[in-house]
This record gives sequence, structure tokens and C-alpha cells, in this order.
Amino acid sequence: MDILNAIVAILNFVVIPAAAYGAQLALGALGVTLIYGILRFSNFAHGDTMAFGTAITILVTWALQAAGIGLGPLPTALLALPVGIAATAVLVLLTDRAVYRFYRVQKAAPIILVMASVGVMFVMNGLTRLVIGVNEQQFADGARFVIDVRSFREMTGLAEGLALKTTQLLTVVIAALVVWALFWFLNRTKSGKAMRAYSDNEDLALLSGIDPEKVVRLTWIIAASLATIAGVLYGLDKAFRPFNYFQILLPIFAAAIVGGLGNPLGAIAGGFLVAFSEVAITYPWLKIAGYLAPGWQPEGLLQLLGTEYKFAVSFVILIVVLLFRPTGLFRGKSV
Amino acid sequence: MKKLLLASAAAALFAGAAGAEEVKMGISLGFTGPLESLAGPMDKGAQLAMKEVSDSGKLLDGSTVTVVTGDSTCADAAAATATVERLITAEGVRGIVGGMCSGETIASLENVAKANGIVMISPSATSPALSDIEDNGLFFRTAPSDARQGEVMADILTGKGIMSVAVTYTNNDYGKGLADSFQAAYEAKGGKVTVNAPHDDGKADYSAEVAALAAAGGDALAVVGYIDQGGAGVTRAALDTGAFSTFIFPDGMVGTALEEKFGAETAGSIGINPASEGDGRDKFNEMAEAAGFDPHSPYAGEAYDAAALMLLAMQAAGSSDPAAYKDKITEVANAPGEPILPGELGKALEILAGGGDIDYVGASSVEMVGNGESAGTFRETEMKDGALAVIGFR
Repeated sequence: MDILNAIVAILNFVVIPAAAYGAQLALGALGVTLIYGILRFSNFAHGDTMAFGTAITILVTWALQAAGIGLGPLPTALLALPVGIAATAVLVLLTDRAVYRFYRVQKAAPIILVMASVGVMFVMNGLTRLVIGVNEQQFADGARFVIDVRSFREMTGLAEGLALKTTQLLTVVIAALVVWALFWFLNRTKSGKAMRAYSDNEDLALLSGIDPEKVVRLTWIIAASLATIAGVLYGLDKAFRPFNYFQILLPIFAAAIVGGLGNPLGAIAGGFLVAFSEVAITYPWLKIAGYLAPGWQPEGLLQLLGTEYKFAVSFVILIVVLLFRPTGLFRGKSV
Repeated sequence: MKKLLLASAAAALFAGAAGAEEVKMGISLGFTGPLESLAGPMDKGAQLAMKEVSDSGKLLDGSTVTVVTGDSTCADAAAATATVERLITAEGVRGIVGGMCSGETIASLENVAKANGIVMISPSATSPALSDIEDNGLFFRTAPSDARQGEVMADILTGKGIMSVAVTYTNNDYGKGLADSFQAAYEAKGGKVTVNAPHDDGKADYSAEVAALAAAGGDALAVVGYIDQGGAGVTRAALDTGAFSTFIFPDGMVGTALEEKFGAETAGSIGINPASEGDGRDKFNEMAEAAGFDPHSPYAGEAYDAAALMLLAMQAAGSSDPAAYKDKITEVANAPGEPILPGELGKALEILAGGGDIDYVGASSVEMVGNGESAGTFRETEMKDGALAVIGFR
């Protein structure tokens, strides 16, 4: 019984939250890594692209809710998602036309593009705040829980409870679907193959008759979709506030770099690695130890790091990986 | 030029000694910054008392009160110090209602007010650090210290038989001060604080914080925070993961937002916030509504009391000189004497002019204790059927 309680406690406080968070990071990191792989710069505006897409989705969600259209137990935001994606795609394509293309044509050094993306980040930052304001917005509806604590306790008779939120389950399922679709697209379709060819060797791809502008457009559209989906899932699961999306940029970059920039598989692995490290390192193992080793009463909470240092974990992982494996765990491009 | 200066200085001295004068009063509050939404009603509360005194024409042989306001920003100690400096040296105020937040108040008191010998009465700085600050008898406050609130919380919990709690506090001076004073008082009464951990405001996700609190355990969770900030996030995550179902909500967590967000799920939880009741409060509410501001806005009543106390002390001392009236503040605030409610300042001035004694009650039932701070009354509420029901005042 004690072992079961320990497992349930770990599931409830570590595995489930970290899995949902990891899926959100992985989707964000996929977008960053795709842009790095194909357009060859680190897009600092990615977090705010996520915020913008989510803001538009929230506005459409409110309109749908007002019209009484819903998905029953599922959040209405899923219906609004395509509109958010479309709006975000238009925005990033316009940005590319207005800002990035100029430097691309000049074959500017990547660092110049990175700095340009910092500028874009601030503009998008302001744009999102103009559209929806700076405050926290609630837009989740439908059933809150798949399993809630009370019914789980009644069902199993265990002392520990287990909660699985609809949004957490949804996050993992949608992330899996999106990843599958992305890999199918990259590996099986002609456009996907063109993107990979352009990523591997730009000049050779040009010689083979691949239209670079088309590849760039496709990349932006895919990145915008990934950003919007990641942003909406994050907002549904946690809370939407424009500033949070600026903060989440760090763990996203940590995930992409740990996995190896430019490597999609690495981005996913990196996302989960960062999420599980953040949660597991700040989790106090006192209760689990109590179940597994009855009678042992340690003084402290068996917590490696206070929760206020959560973001530091991403930094540490980042530094360790850059020191010992600069190309990341999955052999991406070096930074 | 020198003669002119001397002459004007002499004139000022003369005016201070006898006859009607223009008494300048400073108000230094955080009109911009993290508590800007509270500063407006507090300012109006203080001005209400000043206007009442001025209009009565009974202050110091018909003196009038002129108000000078300044922005203390709440968060920026340097800006607050500059503001208070301006009020004292450029405007020549005889007393200041302010500052607003504890850190800023300490800075402006130590750097400017003390050096110039000007009295400050803060309506809202609640840090325990201000209780034993070296103030030359110049600093008072009409809001109770957090140390007192910690004791009240400990009393209520031990009274209910809740003997072990986890505490999470918003990561700033206020949060840490209240959490620590509560822990000290609670442990002195035999309670056990399983964990006393901070949370940062403005984050999206508090599951890691709640996981830590849940691992430590406890009969209830005390959330020392803000309902429109991290406090709500922690409560939400604690409910979702089933970590806690009974909560203790002090100060900024209590309000209609709490009922709307968590009313149905937190039955039996306890709310504790400074609030007073009685005739003085009712009278102040009426006056505030007539003057067009919200009387229930936190510390508005305390601001009225701060301004009133200062002016009444001047009358009792027969002078607007801070060195003379600073010793009278405790005297007019406490018994013996005729109880004075808001709106009765004119009557109080008359009694004092006739050499009588008053016991100022005001909007917040002022009773000065210790080093010139209000003992304060706290309201205990309990969540019942999705709404906070008042249990009592202590």
C-alpha cells in the first residue's frame, strides 16, 4: 500500500505536471529549432509570437462562448485555434517581409538577424498588450478534471489523491499529434523534403531548383502554428498573461539548445528533460521517503533546491550542456 | 537681503506662537506604483479630516489647513525621500500623513523627517520593523503592526484546534514579515509550522510551490499573499492537486474576489483582516460616500484618523510646532476623555481649547499602544456556502 501511495504521490506532483509542462516546452522548442535550422538564427520573438497567437485565440474563444458555441467537455479554445494560427501566420509573414527578408537578401551574419528578432520581440510584446491588455485572462471552459482527487481516493481507497486535469491530458495528446504530423510532413512530403534540403545545404538546394522564398514562407507558417498551439495549451493549462510568455522563452531556448539546435527530435527530448529537471529538483521528497522507508524521519524536506530557484535549473542545464556538448545531446548545429 | 530673511523668519516664529495661521499639512502616499489603486481613497480620507478641521474655524484660534500632496511611489525609497524632503523644506509642512509602504516610510523617516523634526503618521505601513525604530517620538501609525496580526492569527487557529499549518508568503517585505511573526506567535502557543516558503507573484504556474507545501503537510495552508496575484495561483493549484482543503487567508486575500474564485471549494477556511466596526466606522462610511469615495477601500479610514489625530494634537498643544504637539498624539488618541467619532472634530477642537480631555475613536477605533501604533481590530470570517461570514472582531 505504501509503495502504491508513493507512486501516486510522484504521479500527482511530479510526473503529470512535468509531462504537461514538458509537452508545452517541446512544442515551443520545435518552433525555435525549425527557424534555427532553416533560417539560421535564434528567434527571440518566439515567446511573444506564442503570446500573440494565444491572445487572438482567446478573443475568438470569447466570441464563441458568447454565441453559445462550445465543445462540451473540451475547451472552446480548440475551435478558435485555427483562427489564432491563421492570424499569427499572417503576422509572422508580414514581419518576415518587412524585417528579416532585407537581411536575408544581404546575407547578413546570423547575429544581426538575432538582434533584429529582439526588436521584433519588443514590437510583438507591445502589440499583444494592445490587443488584450496586460492582465491575466481566463478562457478555459469545459470539464476541469478527467480524474479528480476526491473520486480517485474513493475509487482506490489510497491516502494519496491523484488529479488529472483535462488540459494536462489534452496538452500531451495534442503535442503527440502535432509532433507526429510535423515529422510526417518533413519526411514524407515534397515540401518537407525541400525544407530539409534547404536546411542541410542552402546552395545545393538552390541548384536543385528549390524556391528558397517558398521554403522560408512554409517555415514561418509552421513555426507560427507550433507557437500558437504551444501558447494556447500553456494558457489553458496554467494562465494567460503576456509577461509569462516572455519568461517561458528561457526554458524553451534551454530545451532547444540541450536537444541540439536545428534538430526536431532533440527539441522534444530537450523539452521534457528541462521540465522534469525543473519539477524533480525542486520537489521535496520527504513524503515519498516516508512511504518507502517507514520510520525514517529526516529533519529537512529532502528538497534539492527551493522552488523560487526553479528558473535557475534551466540556466544550469544550459551551461552544463554548452560546456560539455556544445552541439547538444542530439548533435544539432553548434551555436 | 539678510535683513529681509531675518524679518520673515521672525514673522514666521511670531505666527507660530500665537494667532491664526495657515497650517500646511503634507500627504505623502504612493499615487503611482504597486498600490496606486489604494492611494486615491486614502488621500481623500486624509483630506476629508483636514477640510473638516479647517472649515470648523476652531483650530488654533481660527487657523486654516492647507494640503500639500506628494507621490511616495511605495516601491522607490529614493523617490519617497525626495518627496518628503520637498514637503518639509520647500513647502514647510507641519506634519505628514504618510508614507504608504513600510520600506519607503523607514527611508523617508530616517533620512528627512527625523533630521527636520517633523511628525509622520502612516495610515498603512504595517512592518514590525517600524515598532522599535529610533524615531525621537516623531513616528506614529494608525494601522496595526503585522506582529500584532501574527498573534491574532495564532490565537484564532489554536482556538479552533488547528495545530499544524503550512505557510506560503508573497516574496516581499510584507509577506515575509507577517509570515515570520505568525510563525513565532504560533509556535509560542504550541502550534507547528511545517514549512514557511515564499512564492513569487505574476507567475503562470504554482504546481512546484504547492508540491513542496504538500510534501511538508499540515492541517491547513496559510496563504499570505494577494488575491489578484500569486495567492490565487497557489490556492488554485493546492485545490486542484488535493494538497489542502482548508486555508487561512489574511489581509489582501480577503474580499469578494476570493468568494468568486474559490467560495464553493474552500468551505471552513478562515479569513483575517484588519477592519473595524461600530459607530465610528458607520459615521465614516456615510461621510466618505457623501464626499464621493469608497469608504471600504483599505486604509482610507486609517488615513482620516492619521490626519485628524495630528490636527487634534496641535490643538491640545496649542501650537503647530511638531516638537510641541508630538507628545500630545497619544494623549488625544487614548482615554480618558470624551469619545470622538468622525465628523465630530469641531466638537473635539472646542473641548481641547477649553482645556478638556478627549479620547479619539475615529473610523478605525484608534487606541495607541507601545511605540505609537494602533492596537487595531481584526475581523475574523469563515467561508460558508460560498461566502465569507463574519465570526467576530478581535
